[in-house]
Amino acid sequence: MHIHKYEKIWLIFGTATLLVFLSVVGVSAFYLGNQPPSCMATVDPEKVDTLAPFNKPGLNKVEGKEWDYELVFVASAFNYTPGEVEVPLGAKVKVIATTKDVIHGFSVAGTNINMMLTPGYISEYLTTFDKTGEFLILCNEYCGAGHHMMTSKIKVVE
Amino acid sequence: MKTVSEKIKVDRLDGKLGMAHFYVAFIALAIGGLAGLLQTLVRSGKLVLPAGIGYYQILTVHGVVLGLVLTTFFIMGFQLVAVSRTAGTFTSKQRMAGWIGFWTMTIGTFMAAVMILLNEASVLYTFYAPLQAHALFYLGLTFVIVGSWIDGAVIISAYAAWRKRNPGKPSPLLTFMSLVNTLMWIIATIGVAATVLLQLLPWSLGLVDRVDVAISRTLFWYFGHPLVYFWLLPAYMAWYVVIPKIIGGKIFSDSLARLTFILFLLFSIPVGFHHQLMEPGIDPAWKFFQVILTFMVIIPSLMTAFSLFATFETYGRSKGATGLFGWMKKLPWGDARFVVPFIGMLSFIPAGAGGIINASNQMNQVVHNTIWVTGHFHLTVATAVILTFFGISYWLIPHLTGRTFTKAMNKLAIIQGVFWAIGMTFMSGAMHAAGLLGAPRRSSFSEYGGAAQAAEWIPYQVAQGVGGTILFVGIILILYIFINLAFFAPKGEEEFPIGEAADESEKAPMVLENWKLWIGIAVLLILFAYTIPFVDMIQNAPIGSKGYKLW
Repeated sequence: MHIHKYEKIWLIFGTATLLVFLSVVGVSAFYLGNQPPSCMATVDPEKVDTLAPFNKPGLNKVEGKEWDYELVFVASAFNYTPGEVEVPLGAKVKVIATTKDVIHGFSVAGTNINMMLTPGYISEYLTTFDKTGEFLILCNEYCGAGHHMMTSKIKVVE
Repeated sequence: MKTVSEKIKVDRLDGKLGMAHFYVAFIALAIGGLAGLLQTLVRSGKLVLPAGIGYYQILTVHGVVLGLVLTTFFIMGFQLVAVSRTAGTFTSKQRMAGWIGFWTMTIGTFMAAVMILLNEASVLYTFYAPLQAHALFYLGLTFVIVGSWIDGAVIISAYAAWRKRNPGKPSPLLTFMSLVNTLMWIIATIGVAATVLLQLLPWSLGLVDRVDVAISRTLFWYFGHPLVYFWLLPAYMAWYVVIPKIIGGKIFSDSLARLTFILFLLFSIPVGFHHQLMEPGIDPAWKFFQVILTFMVIIPSLMTAFSLFATFETYGRSKGATGLFGWMKKLPWGDARFVVPFIGMLSFIPAGAGGIINASNQMNQVVHNTIWVTGHFHLTVATAVILTFFGISYWLIPHLTGRTFTKAMNKLAIIQGVFWAIGMTFMSGAMHAAGLLGAPRRSSFSEYGGAAQAAEWIPYQVAQGVGGTILFVGIILILYIFINLAFFAPKGEEEFPIGEAADESEKAPMVLENWKLWIGIAVLLILFAYTIPFVDMIQNAPIGSKGYKLW
């Protein structure tokens, strides 16, 4: 199979760029710890309200962990509990969420918090809130007729 | 003077089989296009749907009818006639099987459509459990898939017969490409067939109570990504084989075109996790592994881009073009059969770049399920692919109906392409921009409780409405041209353009036709990418979900 000289150059350049790109993504994921949310823990979706930490939705201070707070959300059609929450500026927070019924999204506009809530699974993401303001939480996975009404709010305050 | 190949016509009876597929495809375009227009208008905040019709019902129509029906019917119709044209007329048995496939798909489409219209299946085209549609919706989709397998069997049988008649020879390029796409489709649809038949159908019939959501999603996305390459590869067939002939040039390299398709067969399937990066229950190392495999398709994509532009440049220079870009001027800018797919090729440049962002592991977090993604696939499938399908229709429909593509229609077709480009620039551009600000996809108009962030998205949604309206004009134009070419254009001969390789003496290596090898590698890659995480998912499964009807 004959490959034109220019095509060889083009493919070598392209493949080299690809390798550099994948290395950057890989180093970011495995060395710097920027993994996409991939919690492996499961939960019975019908008993969510009675199980820790979901029996206490909202911002909870924790001790002796890598993070200062746990921000717990429970989603169900078509709302989030809590409907609004205040977070102190600069807090290192583990967001922990799950759903009681169908699949929901959990996206915080203007931040990198964006994860799927699959029934039976817990979703987690570790983040630091370093900007003050109001951040809209919304459902970005279709969940039924009221999908676009499903919101909550994070207020980051000093 | 016409060469022999220009006079070869698709057999009349095979042509009828192809046309049957195209009628359904273009009816789907009309319905789905109207649904799309309504969505953009609703989301701009300027329109409320009458008679209690739900936004998500319309959205389901749009996705199912365009993403599954239009594409599958057009592609199967095109591949059938391409194989009939290049590997020889079908036997009556093959043709009969083709009709059985067609009617199976059509009945399935009808069943699913009725359920959607009765509001029994507003679950969108991805039908994620535990939202539960009517059993007939799932059964209808099963029929569509099974029908496409029967069509696929015709292509495989015609290929095998050609190889038997021509031992030791590489198969005709278009037949080879149709075969690769068919094989990929069959391997990929096993995933969606498994979730529908083993999980969703029994569950919607009440035979089982609960469904495992993560497994269902994983099986869906095992199918969902190769689905987009199933849409793309027929466009590549036209770009590689048909376009060179239309401009008067040659295929840059027959062997490399085949190699490209083989690489797509290998790297299109074991990559579904890049649609599931943001979800729990999958180990991040396996996600990253599939991200790497996802990016392997960049290599055949680069090969394709090189080949196409090499064909264009070589042709231009053969016509005396000079300077770095002088060859651009020599291309047939007045010929819709070239210009319309060319607009599609151009749109594939930003579309491909956007795709790289989407699949980039943690970068996906910024755009996942935002309307950026909608903007992305309206550049890929709804511009690059569909404009190429329109470009194919401009010669294929009259070829099959014994009519001609007149100058007036050619002009209208170019105008159609320009409308599409402008409309899509507005719509897709605004979708990309709003998505970066966090606006979600698949959502009706909402002020999100008066949030300041959501208010910023509304001007972009108005721009999407403007773009959607321009695109709908484009839909009316293409439907008008289709009806003209199918029923009213003057009788005559329209060529089925098949390019010749620049170097006829270079025979494609026969290893490229060794299906045990390529299917074997494809299966190994799939097993490697999926076995461990899938077994994990089964072993550590939470209790399943009951069905919900929340619309």
